[in-house]
Amino acid sequence: MPAREGTYGLLAEFETPGDLVRAARQARQDGWRRMDCYTPYPVEEAAEAIGFHRNKVALLTLIGGLMGGTAMFLLQVWVSVLAYPLNIAGRPTYSWPAFIVPTYEWTILWAGLSAAFGMLALNGLPSLYHPLFNAPNFRDGATTDKFFLCLEALDPKFDRAETKAYLEKFEPLSVTEVDY
Amino acid sequence: MATKEIKPANQWVDPATGEFRVIALGQNFRSITEKIVRIVLTPHTPMGWFALFTVAGGGAVMLMTAITWLFLKGVGIWAITQPVAWGFAIINFVWWIGIGHAGTLISAILLLFKQTWRNAISRFAEAMTIFAVVCAGMFPLIHVGRPWLGYWMLPLPFTMNVWPQFRSPLEWDVFAVSTYATISVVFWYIGMVPDLATFRDRADSRLAKYFYGIISLGWRGSVRHWMRYETASLLLAGLATPLVLSVHTVISFDFAVAVLPGWHTTIFPPYFVAGAIYSGFAMVLTLAIPLRKFYHLESLVTERHIDNMGKVMLVTGFIVGYGYGMEAFMAWYSADHWEAFAFWNRMFGPMGWAYWVLIASNLVIPLTTLWSRKLRTNIAYMFFISIVVNTGMWFERFVIIVTSLYRDFLPSSWGTYRATKWDYMTFVGTLGLFTTLFLLFVRFLPMIPMNEIRMILPQAKIKPKATVEAGD
Repeated sequence: MPAREGTYGLLAEFETPGDLVRAARQARQDGWRRMDCYTPYPVEEAAEAIGFHRNKVALLTLIGGLMGGTAMFLLQVWVSVLAYPLNIAGRPTYSWPAFIVPTYEWTILWAGLSAAFGMLALNGLPSLYHPLFNAPNFRDGATTDKFFLCLEALDPKFDRAETKAYLEKFEPLSVTEVDY
Repeated sequence: MATKEIKPANQWVDPATGEFRVIALGQNFRSITEKIVRIVLTPHTPMGWFALFTVAGGGAVMLMTAITWLFLKGVGIWAITQPVAWGFAIINFVWWIGIGHAGTLISAILLLFKQTWRNAISRFAEAMTIFAVVCAGMFPLIHVGRPWLGYWMLPLPFTMNVWPQFRSPLEWDVFAVSTYATISVVFWYIGMVPDLATFRDRADSRLAKYFYGIISLGWRGSVRHWMRYETASLLLAGLATPLVLSVHTVISFDFAVAVLPGWHTTIFPPYFVAGAIYSGFAMVLTLAIPLRKFYHLESLVTERHIDNMGKVMLVTGFIVGYGYGMEAFMAWYSADHWEAFAFWNRMFGPMGWAYWVLIASNLVIPLTTLWSRKLRTNIAYMFFISIVVNTGMWFERFVIIVTSLYRDFLPSSWGTYRATKWDYMTFVGTLGLFTTLFLLFVRFLPMIPMNEIRMILPQAKIKPKATVEAGD
């Protein structure tokens, strides 16, 4: 368990996405690993810069979709063949083409729900508290027009004074210490 | 020809392409955020909003009254009887759900095609989808006669051991429409989360901070979150695309699978889907034009959007026209006596006027005029066209349902259809309910996706360091 008191990290605020990406790329090159960027819209280059290349949302979606489709198809077969077979002029009870439409719909339904809720779960949301919300400039900027780089205290390279000086080199608008 | 009409100094036009700009000049991250945030996070609700809300709320109350009376008396208060057993309820169902389709088209299909002009209109088009599906979904439920037994349509293990008939298109509808409603709500909500976080951070009142704080789920804009979010959005768009095509296809199966002349045709699925998108874009225009005027959003919803929607309507209108033509052709070419009679009767029978209203308002008026760029960017004209097309599409469903049913195979069972005041009250009531929900959405939720608008601003482009230094 990470410590729940003391410093969470140092937060540098940038004016443009370009400045953020350059700083993040450099920090990654210099061996930083426990860090994250915060932006008001998706900045793909920033994710690349901190070494976040792939995620598991697509896999979850595939699994969810396959499970939903299979469940619906089996349900229809069970209902139509075993639980409630209807003899209508001797037509076959296992009439699989007619079962395709609900199967198709449920594949999409469960794939979509897996994508949405899987994304939230992987992101650890909802989590209404986060130490970054304590930073005075974070909430004014991160969801509006500023770009943030946070070097976290859990990184072995972290040292309050040295890291602050390190971040200052990137000419940010400000560097703030964030407490838990 | 078109480019010549535009003055070169017009600030709304991009000189490089001669097209209207997707977003006005001189906007930055903060200015667009402030603009959209101020609509919601203001203590002063405009009087116009209250006025409209009163009218729309009145409509919703009327709907409530009509439905209460329906539940007390039964579906006999409507005009439905033999042979026209599907009246306004199904007409309205098909019409409303069709309207919803443009929202999904804008938010999902145009996202996959990377049409960034869609960004400004995608959120309220999605909201339109959801509220249209709310209105649509209600009709089959109240049409079944015993709505308290509506759960019989679901495969639930209850004491009688009766299970649904999965080979029926009406049962497919249950799954198609419920999936469509669920996925639309999820897609809409997930898309709103980052904007709700902006609201949380910009709110002044304590109540607003709590409200937006909870529904924004603690979003903080981490790029790791953003990347998963982008993947999820793209996947949801990829899933919503086949879904939206399947929903109106399944609805057209309700008709096409029946052996009735005028219904039993293979052109129905594509022609229903195109018609749905056609009417849906008309509804987006009906909503967007007053909204941009009322909330001064001309810099975000520009002539470019109106123009592009006009183009989409032109294309889908022609597909619909092809559908009408093919129906007529098949009636002749099939050499099927009943099919030919149904079609002749549709055009020249006692309800022939409805057919000609639909031809005039779906084909003649829009498809002859939408070619002109001047008219496509004329806001008043586009508003007029949107109303015309919505009316025309309603009549299309009226013609398909009523004129196929009221002349049965046996002349002895021929009848007619004359809607009662309860039919009209229910229909007008859903317009009220739709408008009420939409007004609440505009007042309390971000109607333009701020995070997507930020992405298309020039400032969002990441310049390599060398050019930045050279520029300094």
